Amino acid sequence: MSEFAPICIYLVISLLVSLILLGLPFPFASNSSTYPEKLSAYECGFDPFGDARSRFDIRFYLVSILFIIPDPEVTFSFPWAVPPNKIDPFGSWSMMAFLLILTIGSLYEWKRGASDRE
Amino acid sequence: MIIYLTEIQDIHFFFRLESFKEIYGIIWVFAPILILILGITISVLAIVWLEREISAGIQQRIGPEYTGPFGVLQALADGTKLLFKENLIPSRGDIRLFSIGPSISVISIIISYSVIPFGYNFVLSDLNIGVFLWIAISSIAPIGLLMSGYGSNNKYSFLGGLRAAAQSISYEIPLTLCVLSISLLSNSLSTVDIVDAQSKYGFWGWNLWRQPMGFIVFLISSLAECERLPFDLPEAEEELVAGYQTEYSGIKFGLFYVASYLNLFISSLFVTVLYFGGSNISIPYIFVSDFFEINQTYGVFVTIIGIFITLAKTYLFLFLSIATRWTLPRLRIDQLLNLGWKFLLPISLGNLLLTTSSQLFSL
Repeated sequence: MSEFAPICIYLVISLLVSLILLGLPFPFASNSSTYPEKLSAYECGFDPFGDARSRFDIRFYLVSILFIIPDPEVTFSFPWAVPPNKIDPFGSWSMMAFLLILTIGSLYEWKRGASDRE
Repeated sequence: MIIYLTEIQDIHFFFRLESFKEIYGIIWVFAPILILILGITISVLAIVWLEREISAGIQQRIGPEYTGPFGVLQALADGTKLLFKENLIPSRGDIRLFSIGPSISVISIIISYSVIPFGYNFVLSDLNIGVFLWIAISSIAPIGLLMSGYGSNNKYSFLGGLRAAAQSISYEIPLTLCVLSISLLSNSLSTVDIVDAQSKYGFWGWNLWRQPMGFIVFLISSLAECERLPFDLPEAEEELVAGYQTEYSGIKFGLFYVASYLNLFISSLFVTVLYFGGSNISIPYIFVSDFFEINQTYGVFVTIIGIFITLAKTYLFLFLSIATRWTLPRLRIDQLLNLGWKFLLPISLGNLLLTTSSQLFSL
């Protein structure tokens, strides 16, 4: 685990750099008086109406659902890909069967038009 | 009394020796990390300048030329200006999400630099899962964008955040499958091993020649991951003002700006490492130590040459993405998703199966 020590230290330093950048403008930035128009959300120059977090297009959610099939496919492929000379043909063909099943699922989604827009 | 004096001096001497050793150890841990972060910062300033100069050249106008020699300090001046700008928080936004979003984007990209081999074994940490770490961490950056878009409570920001998330997860799969093929060829997930695997035959040993389709898919997916034109739908100036960045001012906007260039730089570095031989000199059968008659095989000189070669190759892809910005129109969202799911994904999967077949036959 010692090889991950630089990564952990690097993570802490990156966090510090980012927080320092966020905190640095406080002594420098001007703090003129605020008024409601200044803090209201931008909406092409007129008063904003409604809540921005309204109902959104279901297709964005559908993309996330589509993601679920290839993501485990890739996740399981990594430990399989690295030591190919340590797996006999049985291991390779098992992965082929796995990929085949997921490919059938992807083709079914494609056929059903899940990735199409209206 | 003489004996006591000698004993006291010995104790002081050893104490000082131990302290010095400890201090030296601490310095040796922190020095490369700080050097890497400093190098990254300078490279971002250089890339910002590079983008403005190349854009000016393409459009036949004057780029930055007054701030420092050739205008190289323009990015530094802009960054300093952002420090003095007021920090606005939208009145109906979510303060925590709004503030943390930019940090998450920057931190997740900076960590990816720890596995880049800039020279022969010149890497912060030679993990045996280097590329896997990069892929895992690059999945975190869109979370920051989504948090920013949602936390702003602005219609443009919200749509921008949604688009960023959809685009990122759509193109992550082809990108990962291409990296998987490289790992299959190199028998390793370590970036140092992948570079070594390409060092046998000069530039003919590059993975570019063994993975031409993978290279093209990787390049397109990288552009999409970086949200560069023609894939800049999350920002889409004509449609969404500035996407998830619309409500940001001052240093928080600066962090998003820095994050996008950090992302561009690391994608270019990974194209170099995975497909273009990394820091290898790439002229067939010429080795640096023999060519320059250096007895010290892995001295500072060789390291500097390695860094120079890596950055020179990386520059090619920086130029490509900057030039692409001013030559191609933006895609529509349906075209974007179709390209990712129906075109790049099948091609990269087919490329993986082809690689698998050739590996099985060659074993």
